[in-house]
Amino acid sequence: MPDLLIELFSEEIPARMQPRAAEDLRKLVTDKLVEAGLAYEGAKAFATPRRLALLVQGVPARQPDVKEERKGPRVGANEGAIKGFLKAAGLTSIEQAKVQPDKKGDFYVAMIEKKGRAAIDVIGEIVPEVVKSFPWPKSMRWGEASAKPGALGWVRPLHSIIATFGPETEDPDIVPFAVDGIAAGDTTHGHRFLSPETIKVRRFDDYVAKLEKAKVVLDPERRKQSILTDAKNLAFAQGFELVEDEGLLTEVAGLVEWPVVLMGSFEEEYLAIPDEVIRATIRNNQKCFVLRNPKSGKLINRFILVSNTEAKDGGKAIVAGNERVIRARLSDAKFFYETDLKTKLEDRLPKFKQIVFHEKLGTQAERIERIERLAVELAPLVGADPAKAGRAARLAKADLLTEVVGEFPEVQGLMGKYYAQAQGEDEAVARAIEEHYKPLGPGDRVPADPVSVAVALADKLDMLTSFWAIDEKPTGSKDPYALRRAALGVIRIVLDNGLRLKLQKAAPGPDLMSFFADRLKVQLREQGARHDLVDAVFALEGQDDLLLIVRRVEALGKFLDTEDGKNLLAGTKRAANILRIEEKKDGVTYDGAPNPALYRQDEEKALSKAIDAAKAEASAAVTREDFGAAMSAMAKLRPHVDAFFDKVTVNVDDKAIRENRLRLLNEIREATRAVADFTRIEG
Amino acid sequence: MRPERSFQGLILALQRYWADYGCVILQPYDMEVGAGTFHPATTLRALGPKPWNAAYVQPSRRPKDGRYGENPNRLQHYYQFQVILKPNPPDLQDLYLKSLYAIGIDPTLHDIRFVEDDWESPTLGAWGLGWECWCDGMEVSQFTYFQQVAGFECAPVSGELTYGLERLAMYVQGVERVYDLNFNGREGAQKVTYGDVFLQAEQEYSRHNFEHADTAMLFEQFRMAETACKSYLGAGWSTVGNQKHHLMALPAYDQCIKASHVFNLLDARGVISVTERQSYILRVRELAKACGEAWLATDAGGMTGSAA
Repeated sequence: MPDLLIELFSEEIPARMQPRAAEDLRKLVTDKLVEAGLAYEGAKAFATPRRLALLVQGVPARQPDVKEERKGPRVGANEGAIKGFLKAAGLTSIEQAKVQPDKKGDFYVAMIEKKGRAAIDVIGEIVPEVVKSFPWPKSMRWGEASAKPGALGWVRPLHSIIATFGPETEDPDIVPFAVDGIAAGDTTHGHRFLSPETIKVRRFDDYVAKLEKAKVVLDPERRKQSILTDAKNLAFAQGFELVEDEGLLTEVAGLVEWPVVLMGSFEEEYLAIPDEVIRATIRNNQKCFVLRNPKSGKLINRFILVSNTEAKDGGKAIVAGNERVIRARLSDAKFFYETDLKTKLEDRLPKFKQIVFHEKLGTQAERIERIERLAVELAPLVGADPAKAGRAARLAKADLLTEVVGEFPEVQGLMGKYYAQAQGEDEAVARAIEEHYKPLGPGDRVPADPVSVAVALADKLDMLTSFWAIDEKPTGSKDPYALRRAALGVIRIVLDNGLRLKLQKAAPGPDLMSFFADRLKVQLREQGARHDLVDAVFALEGQDDLLLIVRRVEALGKFLDTEDGKNLLAGTKRAANILRIEEKKDGVTYDGAPNPALYRQDEEKALSKAIDAAKAEASAAVTREDFGAAMSAMAKLRPHVDAFFDKVTVNVDDKAIRENRLRLLNEIREATRAVADFTRIEG
Repeated sequence: MRPERSFQGLILALQRYWADYGCVILQPYDMEVGAGTFHPATTLRALGPKPWNAAYVQPSRRPKDGRYGENPNRLQHYYQFQVILKPNPPDLQDLYLKSLYAIGIDPTLHDIRFVEDDWESPTLGAWGLGWECWCDGMEVSQFTYFQQVAGFECAPVSGELTYGLERLAMYVQGVERVYDLNFNGREGAQKVTYGDVFLQAEQEYSRHNFEHADTAMLFEQFRMAETACKSYLGAGWSTVGNQKHHLMALPAYDQCIKASHVFNLLDARGVISVTERQSYILRVRELAKACGEAWLATDAGGMTGSAA
């Protein structure tokens, strides 16, 4: 079956957009092929700085023919209806239609046969549609065509399109289409400098091979591999180790069509700058990799650059040029770092009075005061020295005003730690300054030192309560202040450190607890717990201690895995269901205590006794925070509940007895609430 | 005058190159601006349907970048070489690369790269897509396809090239400190360096920009420029038949440029707070937008049958 090759050749596509664009191209084209009845065997897309390419293998040469029945008007219907039907069905006379009986009489039915079209024609419609509506994050117009409205948009000017289609055994055809004046063809260009000539291609195999000869590696994964291998070897040969950086590697692979890895160096004096700042300087501004001494783990004064060309002089000028720029950048960084060291962190604080944190929440200075207050308050609860927690909170944001952080925001916190150490702060205070932003994402470390924990919690709880107070809550995908991350951070800090914290007190705010509950559900679900169990626990009164909630959920999960648990759940649900129905029917709630005098059967008496015992035992266990024991107490109910449903009829004629039995059912529901709201549990 | 031997040689080579292409070679605009883009030959000419190809050197003032002559790369006054081609020709990237070749940057020896850089000027209400052009890891130019200027869609789109002249010259001359650049290409006693020409000015203007610029006067100047801009704009509108024309877009735009520069000076003096900053930028943008609207109602802006 034929293969389809597409290449969209343009000016340089931003590196960060390439992977997504290749994937979008694949998906959009193949979805439309399938929609058009052209099921294919396989597809793969590629991107380089100057081209998006797509191979679709095994596309049928033609669409299948389709037969379709179209039901028309009743036999003998008026002429207008018949005419309309003929027109819609594409028939010339009513004799061409079949007559089919149905319940209401005889109807005309047209058999419409749609001949499948040649795939190449369908593709010729699909590709322009995809190109015209391509979902670039930002697209632009260009050239003369941009004078008119409706001009084609692309990420950068689009120059040519390859579209060939045909089986392996034959010369493929060019798919006949044009987009905004760019006609599909079978030619492209090689590397901008090393091989700019026109290349004529037939299909994917020779396309890839010819590009390679013209110094273009089409597959980004191959470019990445070759950069990584060369960089590691180059480092290893000199006894160094590459500091691997997947994000940078992907980006660099998107900046070159023909990667050539080179090594440069800088003056040793710059190694006085913290490693993280050197790395940020070299990585962010120059897209180069840093190297370290494999023994000490410290950076060395070398870097790896990836050029896009094989220079005539072997890369000497390129290395020299990059060294110049890196030297200038490091010189700036060193200057910033040394300037920063001259000012004490607390001397920077007055400036925060002029910096607005949020128009409704006042200045940064006010926010820092709130965090400090809260950190001091939380300190005893997390086992931290209140004075240290307060000190760390006061200084935690000061590095935002330093030159280095101004230049490289990603080293915030870390620089604060370095500057704190340099001015002789307590080690726990310095560490807390770095760690108070943590955890930043699911993979990030959770602070464990008590001072860090106090400040990290204070920082996040202040964010949450403040934005809750001005009703700026996250909605849908919108969470501009990263409040979900803050809540999740609180949860992880509390759980990982086994902290006992009454959140309602630490972070008051309307429905802030339910926000925590939602975050906790997400968190537990990711760990494989059932979200309905979280609901079942949160449905109880006064649940604001995350650690106890999680312990209870765990105990509940274990209990429900046992035979007793499953049956008790079934029994409780049955009781609740009967109650719901009967309460609705009678228009009353049966929530009073049952009257022992009205018990008529042994099973009733036994159940009532068991409930009393279980309630007492479970609530004592809950007070001890021994949820396992509470569950075991509940388990003892199970045979009595089963026996009750087995032997006792609830809806008897005697009104008083019936009502009393309903009250007893309510007791089951109430008793189980000592551990969880069983009605919220699924299954 | 070889481009790799002198600063002026570099400028002359670029002018020659773009003159040969057919550009109008203009002289710098005679007002203080923050970048070559502010020149009416770019900002205003980018608007409207008429073709326009121009190139010029523009002295650019960034008061905040002053370093009292002590930083090897940073200047509060420097030169940009600006090219604007409307509509952008399809081979603009090649034209640009050939211009680099013309000033001594050989692509068989150097690593030249187009790295994503979306350009936006909040004060001009303008944005475009393009790249920073890198030579061996150094940014030597900005390359932008204007999409919007003064709040109006560009139709057609202009291609804008901005060369950082000092940086390029340092690179081709192999000099580490801007003040060491050879300015006139002579050697020995006849050699004039960039420092000979500009070091004193950098020192003096840094004192001025950061310490002494009269802020009361500047606030007043901002207000005056804003008022004048609005009043010229108001006075310039005229109606011929049922079509509105504008007769004073350029003088009004001068006042917009003035306001923008005064704002930059106030910013350097640190007397504008973070929240105020935004509102000043907005005020300049409003002026720029109104000037763009006026320009589109002139002959050069593409209005037919203009009274002017």
